Amino acid sequence: MTTMNMAQALNSAMDTMLARDPNVVIFGEDVGYFGGVFRCTADLQQKHGVDRVFDTPVAEGGILAMAVGMGVYGLRPVAEIQFADYIYPAIDQLVSEAARLRYRSGGEFSAPLTVRAPSGGGIFGGQTHSQSPEALFTHVCGLKTVIPSNPYDAKGLLISAIEDDDPVVFFEPKRLYNGPFDGHHERPVQPWAKYPASEVPEGYYSVPLGKAAIVRRGSDVTVVAYGTMVHVAVAAAEMTGIDAEVIDLRTLVPLDIDTIVASVKKTGRCVIVHEATRTSGFGAELSALIQENCFYHLESKIERVTGWDTPYPLAFEWDYFPGPDRVAKALRRTMEP
Amino acid sequence: MNPENREPLLQPALKLHIPEPSARPGSAPDFTHLSFAAAGAVRRPQVSETARQMQDLAFDLIRVLDDTGKAVGPWRPDISAERLKHGLRAMLLTRAFDERLLVSQRQGKTSFYMQCTGEEAVAVAQAAALDSTDMLFPTYRQQGLLIARGWSLVDMMCQVFSNSHDRMKGRQLPVFYSSKDANFFSISGNLGTQFSQAVGWAMASAYKRDHRIASAWIGDGATAEGDFHYALTSAAVYRAPIILNVVNNQWAISSYQGIAGGDEATFAARGIGYGIPALRVDGNDFLAVYAVTRWAAERARTNLGPTLVELVTYRAAPHSTSDDPSKYRPSNESASWPLGDPVERLKKHLIHENAWSEEAHVALDQEVKEEVRVAAKEAESYGTLGKGPKPDRSTIFEDVFKEMPWHLRQQRDELESEQ
Repeated sequence: MTTMNMAQALNSAMDTMLARDPNVVIFGEDVGYFGGVFRCTADLQQKHGVDRVFDTPVAEGGILAMAVGMGVYGLRPVAEIQFADYIYPAIDQLVSEAARLRYRSGGEFSAPLTVRAPSGGGIFGGQTHSQSPEALFTHVCGLKTVIPSNPYDAKGLLISAIEDDDPVVFFEPKRLYNGPFDGHHERPVQPWAKYPASEVPEGYYSVPLGKAAIVRRGSDVTVVAYGTMVHVAVAAAEMTGIDAEVIDLRTLVPLDIDTIVASVKKTGRCVIVHEATRTSGFGAELSALIQENCFYHLESKIERVTGWDTPYPLAFEWDYFPGPDRVAKALRRTMEP
Repeated sequence: MNPENREPLLQPALKLHIPEPSARPGSAPDFTHLSFAAAGAVRRPQVSETARQMQDLAFDLIRVLDDTGKAVGPWRPDISAERLKHGLRAMLLTRAFDERLLVSQRQGKTSFYMQCTGEEAVAVAQAAALDSTDMLFPTYRQQGLLIARGWSLVDMMCQVFSNSHDRMKGRQLPVFYSSKDANFFSISGNLGTQFSQAVGWAMASAYKRDHRIASAWIGDGATAEGDFHYALTSAAVYRAPIILNVVNNQWAISSYQGIAGGDEATFAARGIGYGIPALRVDGNDFLAVYAVTRWAAERARTNLGPTLVELVTYRAAPHSTSDDPSKYRPSNESASWPLGDPVERLKKHLIHENAWSEEAHVALDQEVKEEVRVAAKEAESYGTLGKGPKPDRSTIFEDVFKEMPWHLRQQRDELESEQ
């Protein structure tokens, strides 16, 4: 075991897979010699060679087209999109191509690629460096969508994503790279080293896709969250004294419905939390599924705490961010008789 | 500023330019804008020449066959009469295949069909010039690649009929073939996406120190897509072993090549700005297409990188069975196309070489039509879109993912519970 922050854990996942599988190649804007703007690919080119970890032109559509072609050849490409906000020029290659290739070719061709992209706010990135576009991808049949919340999971999930034979979109909450963030932005930043999830094995291990984790056991209300919001949800539970059970989804598609349903049936209450905008957000899908599966167990309406339906406004970061106060209010509302 | 208060201007007002083709329905076809030198007149550079050194090739038109059917000039390829006859057969077979399936569409056996009439030399000569292990990333108008590679006509027809033997299980638009065994990539309806993907495949082949190269096709219309730019940029940056082919058949449904940018420069000339050597070739001249493809393949195989090839041809048929060209181009435009018909030109050449005859040609045409007839009968026995049988409907949930997740199993059960 070594103590790693989330960027180091992701780096270790890629390092492990480069050593393990000669078909793994890693590329993206600034990922080669420089090691990525968030340092996630630091030293990998020096260690594994320029033809395995390399820079690309600033062309997200071209990057993912390359990844599809490499996947068709038989490689396992890992492409970095520098910010999730930049992924839109590549939507056609992801949605119409990578996600549909196995289906349209009757299983002959597939694109086993992994797309890594830092997402979410909390770093004053403004509207083009803060978005959480995961719901766009969960809506696409044929794509898997993964969002880790801590270093241990990040490494294990990224290894699973690289080994997966289907295309995986892997969003990395950039505010979590250096330390957990519970939304208390006025408090000093806590490094990962103080938390058990920063204890990461140096070698190979995996965390399966499609399995949620219960990060806080409780009996009053179920909180369903992922990414940064897992830490916010735990902080809100501590603030209120409400005995919340907090579920970290880890994978949005395929979704671990069983863990959610079992918890909500036990607590009878549910709060869904995500940083992304509300309308047609993944919370809407979760709410519908919980209603379909747990209708007779619900003792209050399902609450959603999300980012507002606006672009991410730079100078109003903390008015936008669904922090622990907002989650705490929802927890109290759902507990009202 | 209020227009009334503005100073009178000396310059004329701005004017928006909307390009228009040289002829529309009701007027005489006009191809005077398409100027080209005589067969044999264009030089053949060394494969090591740079894009800058060989800029002239992006504006000239490489032609080998002259009007008498004689092969002339430095691009005259070293290819046997037997192989040319094989190519002629594949072109005739492709044409017969198209004719038969066009009728099948009218009979309701499929919903849709796309012919490549007049463009057969593009796919067939290029397939002949490549190795069978090279990977092809085609558009929907290169069915000749599969046919030239000897792929089963029955298998192709089953795809068009969406029947019980369709390997794509009734999911894909007719003619959107896929054949991993023939190294023929799955065709997409989102135009241009294969062009940039092919570069990734070629990079992978180089990364693995393989010997296989990639060849990709795109239409003149789709060169305006971002994927064309992505492909040329990444092919140049990583010196990918690939041939990037632009099939300029003059028309993108109803938009003539000027709307795609073809009035201001040739499509081949796009390559120069990326540093990619570019060739412009008479796409209806089987020998010229073969020679140019061999030249580009040699560059790719010797780590010299990509070549952009513009194949100048004419889409003699409608875009698809859903299209009516009489609404937007002169009805006799095809007959006026100055580069002729690829089948007729190769036939003339073989007769000129005393390797072929009118009688042999008629016999071959009968032979391929019979081959298509027999294949169609067999394919129809496995079903047609109109009458079935189709693959089992529960298969629509397969291949979305490698392993079917719970939500798709649930939806499959829901469909199966319906009567």
